[in-house]
Amino acid sequence: MNYQWSWSAFYDLSGDGVSTYAHNLVCGAGWTIATALASAVIALLVGIAVGLLQVSTDRFKRCAGAAYVELFRDIPLLVQIFLWYFVVPELLPSTLGTWIKGLQYGAFFTSLLAIGLYTAARVAEQTRSAIGALSRGQLIAGLALGLTTAQVFRLIVLPQAFRMMIPPLTSEMVNLVKNTSIGMTIGLLELTARAREMQETTFHTFEAFSAATLGYLVINLVLIGAIQVLPALKKGNKVQVARSLPIEEVMP
Amino acid sequence: MNDANFSAITSNLSYLMIDGFGLTIKLTVLCASAGLLLGTGLAVTRLYGSRWAQTLVSSYVNLVRSIPLILVIFWVYFLSPYIVAWAVDAPNPVQVNAYASALVTFSLFEACYYCEIIRAGVLAVPNGQAFAARALGLSGVQVFTSVILPQAIRHTAPILILQAIVLFQDVSLVYVLSLTDFVGAATQIAQQQNSIVEMYVFVALVYFIVCFLCTKGVRRLQHRLATR
Repeated sequence: MNYQWSWSAFYDLSGDGVSTYAHNLVCGAGWTIATALASAVIALLVGIAVGLLQVSTDRFKRCAGAAYVELFRDIPLLVQIFLWYFVVPELLPSTLGTWIKGLQYGAFFTSLLAIGLYTAARVAEQTRSAIGALSRGQLIAGLALGLTTAQVFRLIVLPQAFRMMIPPLTSEMVNLVKNTSIGMTIGLLELTARAREMQETTFHTFEAFSAATLGYLVINLVLIGAIQVLPALKKGNKVQVARSLPIEEVMP
Repeated sequence: MNDANFSAITSNLSYLMIDGFGLTIKLTVLCASAGLLLGTGLAVTRLYGSRWAQTLVSSYVNLVRSIPLILVIFWVYFLSPYIVAWAVDAPNPVQVNAYASALVTFSLFEACYYCEIIRAGVLAVPNGQAFAARALGLSGVQVFTSVILPQAIRHTAPILILQAIVLFQDVSLVYVLSLTDFVGAATQIAQQQNSIVEMYVFVALVYFIVCFLCTKGVRRLQHRLATR
């Protein structure tokens, strides 16, 4: 085997003749983080909303929530990204469709929307099972104290449910970071795409993919650390040991 | 998009379903089986192996679980030519078939997830089971293979199947190796016949129906296991 080792390949000029491969990889990591953060916001907002729909007393709302979860969970993320990127602009009115296709960061916006809504289905399931695991007495006691249903959820149910959701939510956020790599199939130049680009032009396979692997490890370690530290930073908030959900309720 | 071009689907149905979907199913079944076997081996090592073997397995599992699947696919596909060349002592990298590379990738990748599931299942079996089996005179290996493991597998069966459904969806990522799985075949036809909308909607529909029915089946199994 004659593999040409060269860690200095990172300082070579890339195909565009301006920036080095190291610079491109760092930019790629930046896009990975940006996509992950933006889609995490969508995933949490939509996911908790859909999760609340699923525990509603209204049958129609429950069905709507369940339909959302089934729809977004049973189609592969790759296919969902293709649907958002290739199919949806065709189905919209043609002026709107053309405008969307001409967007400067089209791949970025499509990726964050697709990954956000996909992850939302999983967050919704976690919200539902966390609320389901709380004792019903919490809700009833809150109502008996004269709080409205909205207040009970906002002040009593959701804070407790959220605390229980931290462990499964952490692994879902790690999955989200990993899933951003699927954005490369529609041309998002994130970390994996940049590593592949370097591999393709320099044939320094090992160096390029090692750098990407290291990048994902660092991003995920920082993420896990941040999620564990954040609740403890809140003043006067005793760090409570989060009770994890039974494995059956959160897998996959 | 005034007149939908459904003939693109009907006239290429055999290519789509037999060549494309067939490859997806084949990869799913082969890699889920290989992954389960390999994963059980990893779980056993992680539970009962020597200290350094445990560290080795757990770092392997954690490493693979923390990087994207596409990156794992690239690692195996672009590095295996060098590994094969080294193994057969060839002077130049040996071109590796994309299908073989996908088989290896998904088996190795799934093994990590199955390892964690089996390990959790084994840990959930009460200690008394092992003590009782030892008291009956079974050897250590017998205790594991005929008392602990069957209970662990039964306990985790729904999760093992759900993981296989996840794999079924993940196989679509062989797209990055230009293999013609279900999505790859659909993409080819969509480009040839200019029917991208119909094609991807059809693909989404098929995936949805298969996964929906399988998930419903798993929920039923879970219910039956829980109530008996």
